[in-house]
Parts: sequence; C-alpha cells; structure tokens
Amino acid sequence: MDNDDNEHKLRVKNLNMYYGDFKALDDISLDFASRHITALIGPSGCGKSTLVRCLNRMNDLIDGSRVEGGITLDGENILGAGYDVISLRRRVGMVFQRPNPFPKSIYENVVYGPRLVGIKDKERLDSIVEDSLKKAALWDEVKKILNRSGQSLSGGQQQRLCIARVMAVQPEVILFDEPCSAIDPISTQKIEDLMAELKKNYTMVIVTHNMQQAARVSDYTAFMLVEEQGDPGKIVEFGDTNTMFTNPSDQRTENYITGRFG
Amino acid sequence: MAREKYIKMLLMACASLSFLAILLIFLFIFQESLPAITRIGIPNLFSAAWNPDKGQYGMLAFLIGTLLSTLGGLLIGAPLGIGTAVFLDQVAPSRMANVIRRGVELLAGIPSVVIGWFGLIILVPFIARITGSAGYGIAAASVVLAVMVLPTITALGAETLRSLPPELKEASVAMGATRWQTIRKVLLPAGKEGILVAVVLGMGRAIGETMAVQMVVGNSSQLTLNPFQPTGTLTSNLVTNMGEAVGNFRAALFAQALVLLILSMILIVSIRFITRKKEA
Repeated sequence: MDNDDNEHKLRVKNLNMYYGDFKALDDISLDFASRHITALIGPSGCGKSTLVRCLNRMNDLIDGSRVEGGITLDGENILGAGYDVISLRRRVGMVFQRPNPFPKSIYENVVYGPRLVGIKDKERLDSIVEDSLKKAALWDEVKKILNRSGQSLSGGQQQRLCIARVMAVQPEVILFDEPCSAIDPISTQKIEDLMAELKKNYTMVIVTHNMQQAARVSDYTAFMLVEEQGDPGKIVEFGDTNTMFTNPSDQRTENYITGRFG
Repeated sequence: MAREKYIKMLLMACASLSFLAILLIFLFIFQESLPAITRIGIPNLFSAAWNPDKGQYGMLAFLIGTLLSTLGGLLIGAPLGIGTAVFLDQVAPSRMANVIRRGVELLAGIPSVVIGWFGLIILVPFIARITGSAGYGIAAASVVLAVMVLPTITALGAETLRSLPPELKEASVAMGATRWQTIRKVLLPAGKEGILVAVVLGMGRAIGETMAVQMVVGNSSQLTLNPFQPTGTLTSNLVTNMGEAVGNFRAALFAQALVLLILSMILIVSIRFITRKKEA
C-alpha cells in the first residue's frame, strides 16, 4: 500500500462499464479520499448511480454487465475474478434511493447483517442494535418500539434505519445513492447532519441530484455528463467542492451548477 | 349515455348469472342430501362402515382418503413447486426460466385423465414392485396429486416472488448476503402470504381432483392409514357410484358432495383470511 492508498480508500482507474453492448461509463478515474465525503453530481442518466454501484459490485446482479479497468480498496483490486464479493459488500455498505427496510421488526432489520455472519449472542446483538441506532440518530425515537415493523416508520426514519442496518456490520465505506430524494426536508437535514458526524470514521460517497446538498455535505465533487444521447457517462470535472462550486474550470460544469441545463 | 347503461346492465346480468349458478348448485346439493341427514342420520353418514346394500353409508374412509391424499400431494408438491418458483425467479437465467415456465404451464394443461393413466401404468406397478403391495392407494394418489398441484403452486409462487419490490433483494445483497441467504431470510418471508395462498389454491385443486385419483387410489371402502393399501376418496367414490345410486344411496352420495363443497369453501374462506391479514 503506497501513500496515496492511505489517503485514498477507494481508487477507480480507467474504468469502462458495459450493459451488454451498451457502454455506460467511459474511462472513469477517480480517487475517493479516506474519511471524507465525495459527491457525484450530474443530470439524470449520466452514470453516477452506475459508477457508485461498481464500488460494491452491485452491478454484478445485472445480466450482461461487465467492467474493464481497475477499482482498488485499500490498494487491493476488487474486480478480480476470485475476489470475495460478500466481504467487499460488508466493507462497503450502501444506502439506497428509496428507504428499503425489510418487512421485519426494527430490531431484526438492524441485526440482519450481524446474523448473516452467525452472531447469535443476545446481549451482543442488543448492544449492536443500540449502538447502530445511536450512530444513525434514531435510537431515541425507536428505543421503545424495537419490535414494531421497520416499515411502519416514517420515510425519513426508515432511511435512518437503513443507515443503522449498514452501521451494524461496521463498514469502512458507505455509499449513498440519492439517499434523500424520497424523503422530506426535515429528515434530509437530519441525514445530512448525520453524514457530517459519520465523516470522522467513515469514507463516504453520495450520489445526488441536489446541487445544494452536494455543496453542503461534500468535500470533493465529481461532475459527470453524457455528451450525446447513447454516449457513455464521463467525468467532466473533479475537485474540491468549494472550488468547483465557486470557480469551476469547465464551462459545462458551470452551466450545470448554475442551472442552465439538467 | 344510453349505451353505457345497457353495457352496465349486460355486465351486471353476467355477474348475477354466475352468482345464481353457484347459489343454485349449493341449494341443489343441500336439498338432495337432506334426505340422507333426516333418514340415514349423521352418525351413520360419518361412520367407518360403507355397505350401501346393508344400509350403511359411512363416509369416514373416503373423508380420510381425501384428506390424506391431499396432504400427501401437498407434502410432495408444495416444496417442489416453491423450489421451482424460487429457481425460476431467482436462479435460472432468463432463457432457461422461460423454457421451464412454458413446461410447467403445459403440465397444467394436461387433462387429469392422462396424468391418472400414467399413474396407472407406471406409478402403480412401480409402487407394487418396491413395496410388495398392490400399488394402489394414498401413496400413488399423492404422487399424482403432487404433479397436478405443481403448476398452480409454481406459477403463483413465482408470481409472488416477482411482485416483491426489487429493493428488498438489493438491500440484502448489499449487506453481504449470499443469494441463498437472501432467498431464505428476506424473499421467502416477505412473500409468505402469497406463497401460502398458492399452497391453499393447490390444496383446493387436490381436494376436488377426481379422475386421476380414481384411477390409482384402488377404489375400496377400506378405512386405512396405510398409504399402500387400496382405499377411496370422496371424489373417487362419487364418480364410481353415481351412475347406479338411487334412494338413500343417492342421498348419501349427495351428502358426500356436500362435505366436499364445505371443505372447498373452508379453503376459500381461509385464503380471504390470509390476504386480509396481509393488508392489515
């Protein structure tokens, strides 16, 4: 592991991604700084969700998807044929666009991951639940109703439950795929505060449509774009969030963040 | 606007007609079995002795035959059907899934007499050879019924799994669950109501199945729990005897038909119960 790998938890190098014959991502190179938040922005269909789903290999679920190039986690190539995808996904957790708690109790949602690796000890599970829900800033609201269905919570609470569920497996990286697009502004605020808090210990990537959100929460921003319909998504500009929003170097970035298209 | 009104009346007439038909069938069977209840009496009707010549009309052997063969059919057919459904929806590549789905649909279209015939010329001799019995009985009926409930359970089970939100599977996989863990811990529990309905509908089919069962069950009136002994079911007994029955004999058969009808209705009500619980 060289020095850059220490500073950059995840590194994407010359990544091409295909769905069958369709090329979805073209020559993506991007380093995600450890214990910082990197935002991926860009218009719908620019490939930002596709890119984030390469990082925990969720695209493996799609028939006919394939990648070229390299992605390393702590310097280790995660795209190799024999790579343990199960352990990758435990290290790189994901929060989805629509809150997706399981139709199980709040408690069972949180212990889902720990149970998968065979943790059965009740006391240990109890403490994981409390700890994870506290990290997700949900404990006080649900500590008396842990046996109630996770799906009975409000949308914003459900999303924080999903964050707690990810916390319970102690990931190193958390991917947020438009985590606030389906929830109300107050809950959005709570999740943004939470992300700022979690930054101390976790490397995070957030895909968002909302440029104000990117500007508020992230340290680095990558702007992605599809030039012509049917072209693959590319990175137009990547850099420090402040610089990017105040003084973008590419005209297309400026057009996008000032709301001239997309 | 007048046309709207006519169409509405026409549709209402169709609906009323089907409802009326069901009502009439029910009333008719009830009316025809009434003499059995008054003249033969409930104790005789539910006894174990079936000797119409001697005025003994006990249906217990057939009732137990029906319940056992249905249970046996489900014990074999439900795991197979649910397994096939999971395979179709979660494991098989889409081209292979399509071929298997067509195959299962085809199975649903095979007339029951053909399946019964297969049972008669292949299954019954096979069971006879390995058990040393005559081969007829609940075991043979169960296997035949398993084949008949398989399409129902597979199709409805696969439909249930397909209708689950894809987010559930994604959430589980993203947590580092294997495919099998996702199926067992998330998808099957999330779809359990739908799968239960599939099994109950399969049960409805098994209870009412007549031809295929009659061909392999042995058609005796012997009350037995031995799956390799010839016995009968309510349906097989009805179809065997309905041509020649008169008087009390005929009324006793109608009483058996009424019991069948009530069993089916219990199943339908239980489906309503299962699905209502889901909505609550």
